[in-house]
Amino acid sequence: MTTQILLAGFGGQGILFTGKVLSYIGMALEKQVSWLPSYGPEMRGGTANCSVILSDESIGSPIVLKPDILAAMNLPSFHRFAQDVKPGGLLLADSSLIEIKSERGDITAHYVPVTQMATDHDLDGLANMILLGKLLAVTGLCGGEVVEAALKKSVPPRKAALLEANIRAVKLGWRS
Amino acid sequence: MAEKVLMKGNEAIAEAAIRVGCRHYFGYPITPQTEIAAYMSKLMPRIGGTFLQAESEIAAINMVYGASAAGKRAMTSSSSPGISLKAEGISYLAACDLPAVVVNIQRCGPGLGGIQPSQADYFQAVKGGGHGDYRSIVLAPSGVQEMFDLTAQAFDLADEYRCVVILLSDGILGQMMEPVDISAVSDNSANWNKSWALTGTGGERKPNIVNSLWIVPEELEAMNLEREKRYRKIEANEARWEEFRTQDADIVVVAYGAAARVAKNAVQGAREAGLKAGLLRPITVWPFPKKRLEALADQAKAFVCAEMSLGQMIEDVELAIRCKKPVLLSARTGGMVPTPEEIMEKIKEAERGSC
Repeated sequence: MTTQILLAGFGGQGILFTGKVLSYIGMALEKQVSWLPSYGPEMRGGTANCSVILSDESIGSPIVLKPDILAAMNLPSFHRFAQDVKPGGLLLADSSLIEIKSERGDITAHYVPVTQMATDHDLDGLANMILLGKLLAVTGLCGGEVVEAALKKSVPPRKAALLEANIRAVKLGWRS
Repeated sequence: MAEKVLMKGNEAIAEAAIRVGCRHYFGYPITPQTEIAAYMSKLMPRIGGTFLQAESEIAAINMVYGASAAGKRAMTSSSSPGISLKAEGISYLAACDLPAVVVNIQRCGPGLGGIQPSQADYFQAVKGGGHGDYRSIVLAPSGVQEMFDLTAQAFDLADEYRCVVILLSDGILGQMMEPVDISAVSDNSANWNKSWALTGTGGERKPNIVNSLWIVPEELEAMNLEREKRYRKIEANEARWEEFRTQDADIVVVAYGAAARVAKNAVQGAREAGLKAGLLRPITVWPFPKKRLEALADQAKAFVCAEMSLGQMIEDVELAIRCKKPVLLSARTGGMVPTPEEIMEKIKEAERGSC
């Protein structure tokens, strides 16, 4: 089985970091993993996106064009990628920043106000982790202990103090 | 197997170089390869190595020349426009039979071009780049593990054949992360006796001379012919490739690097549609796996060359198969990456044309 995930939003929302956590989750699940960021001028102040593929087979192209799962964290990303989600696929959107909904009837969509939730719970800057929590809850990709281990690997040592907040944010999204 | 590490292709290159005993890295920043320099700048000071950000790409390649002449494993890296600047230095390294590893994380051109991935420096890497009769071994990784493995092997090949080894990669492979097993290689640099190196005579031997100026044509021809023998040996011994579902393939796709990953998806798609497609992925693009391709020409009805350049490797494919079968080109340029569907269309076209 192959799961193609596209994470998209503004530069600075932690899109690439979210992809990294998903990659470590994939590794813990003994899957083949690829992580590919958009790089270059479009990242600087514009949109950032990240392709993550988790697969039981070796991975060909690392570019996700038709995602099984799209996590959109801003309106430009929603406009650009929502129509690309595979039929039967999953759309997760930050409804704090995306005030519209997809008109597609052939996908499952979840709208979670993760940016607002982050502010409300003193988790500023961790909207991405709240959305990741929702993604994991909806997909059942892995259990809580796998996420915690993946977060430990993803958070660099100099930011170790932020690990607890990251875990709290994932749990918040998970239960939302 | 040891626990795998999630790392970028660029980081894997730097890690491999350090693990096999490269202690001299000279570079100049350029997207999309700057993580190599960043990694080196962090690690080299900790292990007594040299990281030096030169004043230009030209300076960096000539520092490699100096370190290599002193018998040390040395490396530089850049991206396409920067490699053009290094071309003169690569020719001098070749002329002096100095081992060196040069990494090209290709971006799109010509000129300053853009920073998105490309394979448009194929001719430059494979056919020379610099002036004069010389060759560089050119390795073309297709994943982050191979970025690591082939970098490690590049130093061995360079030392073994006393030539420049170019790691020809691209922005996708440089920027992407995959899990890598980094445990298998170690510092084997002492395996090569560099009696030619400029290490000081200590008053006990005749001086070694590293020089590329040969005014007498008879002497220079003899030097070049001697070097040519080594190139023939490389061609005989070092061609490497990987095949996927070629055993019964009517249509053989040839692709390297990142394009080969997309081509693999295309071959899978073609198989699902009932077409007998296969993939030959050159791991060395010089030497090119021409014997194997020529053998496949007896079996296949047609070939598709998929490249992120406007028809460069296709010339080597046509030469290898001696134009026995048609070769279709699936090409993107300017930083655009093909989709599996595009390559699959070419496979279908090849199938229709050969019926």
